[in-house]
Amino acid sequence: MNSIVTQERIIALRKKRSAQDLRFKYYGFIAMCLALAVLVFLLYSIFSRGFTAFQKTTILLEINYDQEVLKLTPDSTEKEIEKGKFFKVKKNALNNVFENLSKSDAKLIKKLFSTNIDNEIKNYFLNNPSVLNTKQKLWVTAHSNVDQMLKGNSSRDVPEDRRKLNDIQLSFIDQLVQENRIQKEFNNFFFTRADSRHPEIAGIAGSFMGSLLTLFVVFILSFPIAIGASVYLEEFAPKNKLTELIEVNISNLAAVPSIVFGLLGLGVLLNVFGFPRSTPLVGGTVLALMTLPTIIIACRASLKAVPPSIKEGALAIGATKSQAVFHHVVPLALPGTLTGTIIGLAQALGETAPLIMIGMVAFIPNIPTGITEPSASLPVQIFLWVESAERGFQEKSAAAIMIILLFLFMMNALAVYLRNRFEKKW
Amino acid sequence: MVDKNNTKILAKDVDVFYSEKQALNKISMDIKEKEVTALIGPSGCGKSTFLRCINRMNDLIEICKVSGSIKVDNEEIISSATDVVSLRSKIGMVFQKPNPFPKSIFDNVAYGPSIHGLADTKSDLENIVITSLKKAGLYNEVKDRLNEPGTSLSGGQQQRLCIARAIAVNPEIILMDEPCSALDPIATAIIEELIDELRLNYTIIIVTHSMQQAARVSQKTCFFHLGELIETGDTNKIFTNPDNTKTQDYITGRFG
Repeated sequence: MNSIVTQERIIALRKKRSAQDLRFKYYGFIAMCLALAVLVFLLYSIFSRGFTAFQKTTILLEINYDQEVLKLTPDSTEKEIEKGKFFKVKKNALNNVFENLSKSDAKLIKKLFSTNIDNEIKNYFLNNPSVLNTKQKLWVTAHSNVDQMLKGNSSRDVPEDRRKLNDIQLSFIDQLVQENRIQKEFNNFFFTRADSRHPEIAGIAGSFMGSLLTLFVVFILSFPIAIGASVYLEEFAPKNKLTELIEVNISNLAAVPSIVFGLLGLGVLLNVFGFPRSTPLVGGTVLALMTLPTIIIACRASLKAVPPSIKEGALAIGATKSQAVFHHVVPLALPGTLTGTIIGLAQALGETAPLIMIGMVAFIPNIPTGITEPSASLPVQIFLWVESAERGFQEKSAAAIMIILLFLFMMNALAVYLRNRFEKKW
Repeated sequence: MVDKNNTKILAKDVDVFYSEKQALNKISMDIKEKEVTALIGPSGCGKSTFLRCINRMNDLIEICKVSGSIKVDNEEIISSATDVVSLRSKIGMVFQKPNPFPKSIFDNVAYGPSIHGLADTKSDLENIVITSLKKAGLYNEVKDRLNEPGTSLSGGQQQRLCIARAIAVNPEIILMDEPCSALDPIATAIIEELIDELRLNYTIIIVTHSMQQAARVSQKTCFFHLGELIETGDTNKIFTNPDNTKTQDYITGRFG
């Protein structure tokens, strides 16, 4: 009798336990779905806003490369061409966009085009000097206001005084559209130019280069120092109060807010040592200081993961301590070390606050070519564009976020690749 | 039986402490040249600790303190003046678990000679590697795949590779710390045969849990218990007619 009661209780308990099991499985599944939904929403909002930035609007313009107007001859050198009167050619072309334009209408027409079209007209001529004294039809960049209107980012239903384009300009645009003289094409400027005050010709090449140079400095500084520090702490340092204190403080440093490192850069690197302001050199140094603790922690973890039997084997046949470490332990720890370094670099790539402190937030319209030239960086560029009042910068900032995400994704993919490529099994 | 061989290792009053805990208490023994000496005893009795004193591998454990005297060829080795690197090139060691480097079979054996500068030319090095592999009885099995990773071999082959690695630097003594405990009976038998051959050229000290193994391979046996050396003598005598009752109890399987 008693044993039957016990049996029933055991069965009831077992049912309860398996129900619990199932419940936790569903909790986990729901949590994962929620996280995934948030991620998808985030990516969707970025992509839906940003993808239009990869296209620009261009308008077909008939240009008369007249020898007299340009003040050039067929024998002109490149230097003379640089000084040619292309703005006059442009003015003539703009006046003839439509037939019989009044002076005020011509002024309105001019505002439909980017300020950069002088350069486009000149560059076309530089590449094709034979077009002198001919009429050429060129697709030239439209003004950001036109671009945004056609992409549907700004509405034409609002009252005229709250629009960037007035009714007459809208009717011109409509006419251009009807005559197929306006089109969208791939926005090469976005990938080849630095920042600009004019959204239609602003690009991320400058800040991308800046980020690359900064990461280069971070890598050069942090990788050797991190390897040295972690090998010393893990393999050579005596275990005493001092090394314990150092270890604790490395973990503490990893948690210090990044803006504090920016203040350090401002106070010490710029004011005491006189590093050049706004440059990848000083930005990279600050970010290297910031990522060092992270990389050291990752390096030490991977050194710890090497089985001690390998080191013992080397020592037992008479290798010195440093031979055992550098011939056997470090090579085996290298994949983990590289992965840790790349994760640290990825962290540095996304960092904005410390760069603001050391002046990498300045407006830099050039693509930097060295680590001592002023430059922007991707996250700061996004910050600057998000801040801008011009509507054209909004899609640019979303597109720049896409680029930085792609960059991060590729760095992580590289980390995974390196780990799989060099990891040794034993 | 008369000792025809000279004393190779002479230990006197060796004490070992792990922090406060005493692991070895006044161990004194002498180990003869070109013989196999087996160290037996229950787990935690200090036999591995004693073995690792002989090539100073205990240095790696920071809390480990060794005192007393161990002389190898009449030279004191428990001293801060001892050159540990040359000591370890003279005393090879084979570990419980095979630990080949994650490199090729050739590089595993060649590593020792190349760091000690034993080979002037590439062909010298090749000769050393091949003779070492032959001495370890592995050459015929691996001669066609010297460039394959050492970790791709079977457990018994890996252990013989580790023996080849140890003898490649011309040691005089080989320490073996339970070399067969991770191996199957067939691989164990091969290693035991090998130990018997190596005895002609090397002094071998082997720690083992298997009393049958000690009886099979060794000429001398030392019985450790709770950090003390209880009895030492000819293997035949220890296993047939021990002086101490503890030894008697252990070898007859009453404890341990």
